[in-house]
Amino acid sequence: MAEGLGVRWAGRRGGQGLRERAIESLIHLAGLSAIGLVLLIFIFLLREGIPTFKEVPLTALFSIRWYPIEAIYGLAPLVYGSLLVTAIALIIAVPLGMTTAIYLGEMAPDWLRDILKPTIEILAGIPSIVLGFLGWVALAPLIQRAGAPTGLTAFTGGLILAYMALPTIISIAEDAIDAVPKIYRDGALAIGATDWQTIHRVVLPAARSGLVTAVMLGIGRAVGETMAVLMVTGNAANIPLGTQMLFEPVRTMTATIASEMGEVARGSAHYHVLFTIAIVLFLITFTINSIAARIIGRGGGRGGQRG
Amino acid sequence: MAACDPRARPIAGFLGGSFFGGSFLGGSFLACLLLAAFLLAGLLACGPRGETQPGTGPEAGTSDRAIQNKGSDTLVNLALAWAEAYRRIRPDVTIAITGGGTGTGIAALINNTVDIANASRRMKESEIAQARANGIEPTERAVAVDALAVIVNPGNPVSQMTIGQLSDLFTGRITNWEGVGGRDAPVVLVSREINSGTHVYFLEEVIRGGDKENKSLFASQTLLMPSSVGITSEIGRNPNAIGYDGLGYVTEHEKVLAVARRDGDPYILPSVATATDGSYPLSRDLFMYTAGAPQGEIAAYLDWVVGGDGQDIVRKLGFVPLPN
Repeated sequence: MAEGLGVRWAGRRGGQGLRERAIESLIHLAGLSAIGLVLLIFIFLLREGIPTFKEVPLTALFSIRWYPIEAIYGLAPLVYGSLLVTAIALIIAVPLGMTTAIYLGEMAPDWLRDILKPTIEILAGIPSIVLGFLGWVALAPLIQRAGAPTGLTAFTGGLILAYMALPTIISIAEDAIDAVPKIYRDGALAIGATDWQTIHRVVLPAARSGLVTAVMLGIGRAVGETMAVLMVTGNAANIPLGTQMLFEPVRTMTATIASEMGEVARGSAHYHVLFTIAIVLFLITFTINSIAARIIGRGGGRGGQRG
Repeated sequence: MAACDPRARPIAGFLGGSFFGGSFLGGSFLACLLLAAFLLAGLLACGPRGETQPGTGPEAGTSDRAIQNKGSDTLVNLALAWAEAYRRIRPDVTIAITGGGTGTGIAALINNTVDIANASRRMKESEIAQARANGIEPTERAVAVDALAVIVNPGNPVSQMTIGQLSDLFTGRITNWEGVGGRDAPVVLVSREINSGTHVYFLEEVIRGGDKENKSLFASQTLLMPSSVGITSEIGRNPNAIGYDGLGYVTEHEKVLAVARRDGDPYILPSVATATDGSYPLSRDLFMYTAGAPQGEIAAYLDWVVGGDGQDIVRKLGFVPLPN
């Protein structure tokens, strides 16, 4: 602001000063509007979701059956479905994403890096509905042929979600590895460490907070995804346990909201319960993002010391 | 807000990436909140059947005479064919058709955002009460009859079943095809989503055998498909799948089962003839609901639909015309 004033007086151009002030306040307004929007969304969710707790007993919400047209509102299978699909996605995407990031950051020659990075960006740009369609048409029959009773399973959903979370995980992990000062690597090599020892003992621990963030944001991406899982998980509100649990259908929270929101009468118990699911989802992603933000905050501090 | 963390290199062309890489890496609480909200807002907006689009309310509709017609996916093809034919004789009347399922159409009627709701089942008492609470008196009109076909993969040796056996399969009491005279293989149940009138009809008439006291439900492993195509494609590729769909939607890639009311009764295949004479046990009326008694153009349209020309189209599309 002080700088702005200085410029205005030095230039003695009243019109320009006015314009600058207008632009400044527009930018302010844009920033504030985002906050307002978030608050409005949150208030709206609470307002529509909270009546649930008057209409449906709390114990009913924790039951294991979801069948809203008979007023059975157990959220357990939906939360379980979302967590199972997300867990499968992470088990696949984290090792794959981390190794890709290490390869890109530490080993790949420049020309290969120049090809791989844009390719990963293209993967990020594929709309989820296209991946869902691919999963439904191509992946599900493969999984069925491999011996599952049906191709529409938690595993199919997890596999598709893994591919969606990969670009996020790779790019953030690679950024974290890239941010480790060169001096660390030089130091390690100078005292006789091999390349692998340098990566394993020096680079990865130094980039740890960034790597954790990559995983956290990957989780956020997977939990919130809707259309693809709606198409490939079979949508059975089921709690599969035991050895075959990966190859049974599940119903996620997002798919439930997407497929039932259009059906409910506004103000009905079912309508309010769907908003309660949205609140649960909001809280899950919010928690994940808060943890990630906390970890990045710490990492930033250390980065300052390093720099 | 630290907008530019030196480590953050946003990925071009990926909104999420630039968002994560930019303001989010700044570690700001608000950015975090914002991100979570966007995930949520995005998913809510993703709902395939949003209820309120601006300009589609009945007020907007009647002024330029576009009749809003929404609901049952069983009826949607029929409704499209009717609207198309009606346009030829009344080019000045526009009818906008949307599917989404019976529940969707009835919800829209209750919320007063359609003129005509298509339904493949009767409205429930609770729904009528909700409508009345909103000041709407739903008026029912039967417009066609549909036979519900039970379908399996063409490779499945089973070709007939009683309603009792179907109920045992769909409630999960029998989980292997051997239990109904088939191969030793697990049964994969396929159903429409719960917003489908066909789903509710199947629940009441097959799973519960028409018994109001019976509180049986679909087995929780039942695959719930968002569309008729979802059902036919799963049945077409899965030798162990069984599902149901309106007769008008069955293709040569599925095998239709003959159904008997109970053990000892004849097994009947669904067709226009067996649905009309009532020998096929799973046929039902399809309805159009209006808010209050239909008036003006809407009444004229409904009269045409149940009249001779409208019912000819019913026959052409593989549905069953209303009995005279």
